[in-house]
Amino acid sequence: MLYREAGDFKTSYGADNQTFPIRFDRWAYWVLLGVAFLVIPFVINDYWASSLLVPFLIYAIAALGLNILTGYCGQVSLGTGGFMAVGAYSSYKLMTAFPWLDMISITLLSGLITAAVGALFGLPSLRIKGFYLAVATLAAQFFLTWLFNKVPWFYNYSASGQITAPERSVFGITVTGPNTEAWAQYLFCLVFVVALAWVARNLTRGTVGRKWMAIRDMDIAAEIIGVNPLRAKLSAFAVSSFFIGIAGALFFTLYLGAVEVNEAFGINKSFLILFMVIIGGLGSIFGSFAGAALLVLLPVALKAVGVDLLGWPTDVVAHLNLVIVGALIIFFLVVEPHGLAQLWRLTKEKLRLWPFPH
Amino acid sequence: MTKHRPLAAAALCAATLAGPAMAELVIPDLSYRTGPYAAGGIPFSDGYQDYFTLLNERDGGIGGEPIRLIECETGYNTEKGVECYESTKGEGALVYQPLSTGITYQLIPKTAADGIPLHTMGYGRTSASNGEVFNNVFNYPANYWDAASVAINHLLEQNGGSLEGKTIALLYHNSAYGKEPIRTLEELSEKHGFTLTTLAVEPPGQEQKSQWLQIRRERPDYVIMWGWGVMNQAAIQEAANVRYPMDQFIGNWWAGAEHDVAPAGAAADGYLSLNMNTINPEAPIFDEIRTNVIDKGKGAGDGSNVGNVLYTRGMYAAMLAAEAIAKAQEIHGVTEITAAQMRDGMEALEMTNARMEELGAPEIGPEFSISCQNHGGSGEGLVQRWNAADGVFEPVTGFIAPDNEVIDALIAEDSAAYAAESGIEPGCAE
Repeated sequence: MLYREAGDFKTSYGADNQTFPIRFDRWAYWVLLGVAFLVIPFVINDYWASSLLVPFLIYAIAALGLNILTGYCGQVSLGTGGFMAVGAYSSYKLMTAFPWLDMISITLLSGLITAAVGALFGLPSLRIKGFYLAVATLAAQFFLTWLFNKVPWFYNYSASGQITAPERSVFGITVTGPNTEAWAQYLFCLVFVVALAWVARNLTRGTVGRKWMAIRDMDIAAEIIGVNPLRAKLSAFAVSSFFIGIAGALFFTLYLGAVEVNEAFGINKSFLILFMVIIGGLGSIFGSFAGAALLVLLPVALKAVGVDLLGWPTDVVAHLNLVIVGALIIFFLVVEPHGLAQLWRLTKEKLRLWPFPH
Repeated sequence: MTKHRPLAAAALCAATLAGPAMAELVIPDLSYRTGPYAAGGIPFSDGYQDYFTLLNERDGGIGGEPIRLIECETGYNTEKGVECYESTKGEGALVYQPLSTGITYQLIPKTAADGIPLHTMGYGRTSASNGEVFNNVFNYPANYWDAASVAINHLLEQNGGSLEGKTIALLYHNSAYGKEPIRTLEELSEKHGFTLTTLAVEPPGQEQKSQWLQIRRERPDYVIMWGWGVMNQAAIQEAANVRYPMDQFIGNWWAGAEHDVAPAGAAADGYLSLNMNTINPEAPIFDEIRTNVIDKGKGAGDGSNVGNVLYTRGMYAAMLAAEAIAKAQEIHGVTEITAAQMRDGMEALEMTNARMEELGAPEIGPEFSISCQNHGGSGEGLVQRWNAADGVFEPVTGFIAPDNEVIDALIAEDSAAYAAESGIEPGCAE
């Protein structure tokens, strides 16, 4: 009834191509943005920021990045953790080498450095694909974490190999370091998420995105219709790594504040983000957010219910979390390979016809 | 019925509001009972919790204030550690004991901003023993650099005071934890003229074939190990496989518990490790825990760990925290202390043999006293040997003092670097 196209006339090509063709969706989108920008910053506290919202936003960026590469361009990657480490270590080196740089420039530069590294490690994708490419990106994962652990220059020769984010600000507001206010931390991440999601949406529905999808669907056919595989694949690797690099930089500077490469950016991180993309939905912007939300919120929600409410032992709840995530992955792979995004799409189809489905 | 509903609701509200406000001492326990490090995390956490439960059961808390324990599972994972910290700090947490060097690095700046003390007992950031830079961090009774130096001092004694021309290999967990002793060992190798080789093991550390192949080829005179979790078991098994003599293999104090040596069976006999506390399952304190906690079914675990190496250490950590709480209550003349008062208590902590005897744990640790300048304690450690036949660690030496000349210089250098990096003006807390 409320959710329908009828009566919503599109009079220009622009209007016809808009992201949300249904008026209800557009409102929901603006209301969500309004709440995220104008309400949450005033009510947020340290716990909500550091345990839920900031990790959710950062993982959403990483999932968007991997979705561009795997979901849109069809190149399987297991190097996400390694690329996040590139972003984190670039931001650390930039922060300590140029103390006067503001955090926005540092984060963007870290993304660009990661994009360059990602394009370099994307070169094998021109010759190999599928599982073989996954193995090549796995090599990137192990090589990069090994490099940051091995070469002391990356961690400024500290005794332990840990990197710690010094205090830096944007427009006079501290955004990194222990004295950061929860709202500043949250808003800084939110601005990046909204901007990057907008970029991702517009890239994927334009020429570039269509080329990626052509490569994904059948690379030989794509080449025949004039898509340059070298450019398409490398641009997918570069853009994806740019997103993942920014996620890695924010993960280190804003969220954790101190990281150790093996622990924070190990192979587990690559798998976690791949699971987000699979559960959320390959080739969908909404899916990246849904997958990140599910995998970030699930352990916290389980802990709140299991430990705080029901008083179960902490180790039982931790094990239960593993069981549930594993079961979810199998469930989605079997029942709905397109993930939460497809469920959402089906719900919307039903809503459009409701209450008269015939 | 309708009339009473608001009343009942008000009573419920009052009850929930009064909950956190009620006078009690909140101790979070950031434990890990899952993952590759659980074997070490479980006994430590059991000991830590059981001691506080004992105080509640036997004495009604500390100074009449009951203790409330909040357990939070970290899985030795830094992200979960942060989540645990954020979710418990608002409850009025007095002191954090994360038992993870990685989580410690996260919490050092956070606890400084929130004014909550952090006790990293024999782990964490070594230079935190400089209390003028790290006001809120305490790593008594000893730290990693002390451990490295104690091990070398023991070897010096074994070799008639000289290690000239010897080779020593360091087998380490390739993480912040494992890298800590390298600087000290390098300094000591220069001072004493031994050759140091470092062998990194990728965490979690089940795979060590190549490292032990290298040890087998080079036959270093001694192997020192900085391991934790499954890495220890794998290393001791590999050492047995390549027939490396166990009496030349020394683990640090996180690589010397029963579960580390047990899988290798009789082959592990004679394995040496450091310890910062003595092992005495017959100590009166354990009898008290058995009768007041375990037998009443209030133990954190099943009670099978009572008295073993890491259980004892966890209990010792709780004992030091409880002593600091008592000290803080004494200094400030209140029983319901705040985190800031707890910090003062920790800084005034003094452990004497008489006091340890009184607590029912004679000579469990070295005697030490804490001051604003020294948050690290005496730094003494002992060497113990595994007796596989009896299944116990037996002390080989008494408490050995570290080489403070080398360590103090390194601490001053590293803490000054941290102070400069984070813009801290060194000085005692007000």
